[in-house]
Amino acid sequence: MGTIVDARGLSCPQPVLITLEEMKKVAGGELVVLVDTDTSKENIIRAAASQGWTATDIVPEGQGYRITIRK
Amino acid sequence: MATFKNFFATRWGIIGVGVFIGILAPLLQKWGNPGNMGICVACFDRDIAGALGLHRAALVQYMRPEIIGFVLGSFFAAYAFKEFRPRAGSAPIARFVLGIFAMIGALVFLGCPWRALLRLAAGDWNAILGLLGLVSGVWIGTRFLKGGYNLGRSQRTHTSVGWILPLITAGFLLMMLLDPQVEGQGRSNVLFYSLKGPGSMHAPIAVSLAVGLGVGILAQRSRFCTMGAIRDLILFRQAHLFLGIVGLAVAAFVTNLVLGQFRPGFAGQPVAHTMHMWNFAGMALAGLAFALAGGCPGRQLFLAGEGDGDAAIFVSGMIIGAAFAHNFGLASSPAGVGPNGILAVLIGFAVCLAIGFTMRKSV
Repeated sequence: MGTIVDARGLSCPQPVLITLEEMKKVAGGELVVLVDTDTSKENIIRAAASQGWTATDIVPEGQGYRITIRK
Repeated sequence: MATFKNFFATRWGIIGVGVFIGILAPLLQKWGNPGNMGICVACFDRDIAGALGLHRAALVQYMRPEIIGFVLGSFFAAYAFKEFRPRAGSAPIARFVLGIFAMIGALVFLGCPWRALLRLAAGDWNAILGLLGLVSGVWIGTRFLKGGYNLGRSQRTHTSVGWILPLITAGFLLMMLLDPQVEGQGRSNVLFYSLKGPGSMHAPIAVSLAVGLGVGILAQRSRFCTMGAIRDLILFRQAHLFLGIVGLAVAAFVTNLVLGQFRPGFAGQPVAHTMHMWNFAGMALAGLAFALAGGCPGRQLFLAGEGDGDAAIFVSGMIIGAAFAHNFGLASSPAGVGPNGILAVLIGFAVCLAIGFTMRKSV
């Protein structure tokens, strides 16, 4: 079970900012990002791809999504 | 790798939306909207403030259906694609104040970022100063974001909360239909209508509304944002949204050439002034306020349409800011900045910097 980044309720660009920070910290492995809008979901997937991470799983959770990314 | 189910979230999607806006805005001008103002979110919010009588600048009073269409188009798109998310509560009063100064800055320049691009695409070189200012303001905003600036989390709220701004705009449309302009009269029963000046220039209501709805739907799907375009490029070296505004500018340039609306120069441009310093500083203030609030004026309308109550507060701030701008002599005119415009820009910077420095971390 990887670290969880809770980006729910945050305005742009904070979800991406804190996810990138966490990516840098862990350098690889698995991260779970929680978001509450489709915009944030897309932004996280795009940011992950730009850093060589891959979104492996996206499941609806509550009012938003639980995104699993791996490197 | 998960791919996007939403075509508009792809590279060609965002470019397509920019091109769509870039073609339609000059056409709206041809169909009656003011010069290089086919679409301007700041100017049109200001015209709405005038139509409601919140300010009495007789030249800029008109209930712009484009704005109504933006909110309602986004609202319909959000429902159609199950993205409507009622949410609110991320420092609303700070967002209100950011909306006020965003508008004041934009009215010192005379345009929102969309209009800055449209002005550039029509040969108004004063827009270069405005765009440089915008980039500078957004750059300052990114320094705050890097330092942990944020306005806190929004919370999920009642569905009806998310409906409030869409219902208000629908009410405005109804008012306009029930209380239309009376030939030669500056005021109908309730609404104000300019008899001359930019407020008197407009495309037919149905056309304006249809374009507004179309743009609202596409912008909701694509997350089109002019501030985000610059911010993401500076902050993440990511060009996704930027491609959208390039699409807008190029398409508007070509459309203006075709329509004979391209007239290069600094002087004598429509609804513009040539005070370079204040074109730059006005837009820098606006850019900083947009960056701190997380979206350009257009994006705030689309967010409000998909249920974001905090964006709706920013929009309200912009309308009140427009009223202040014209009531207190802050807005520019083709003659130059207003009598109190420079002071207002300085106060705006002080307030935005205070917001940036004091609202940090603890999310």
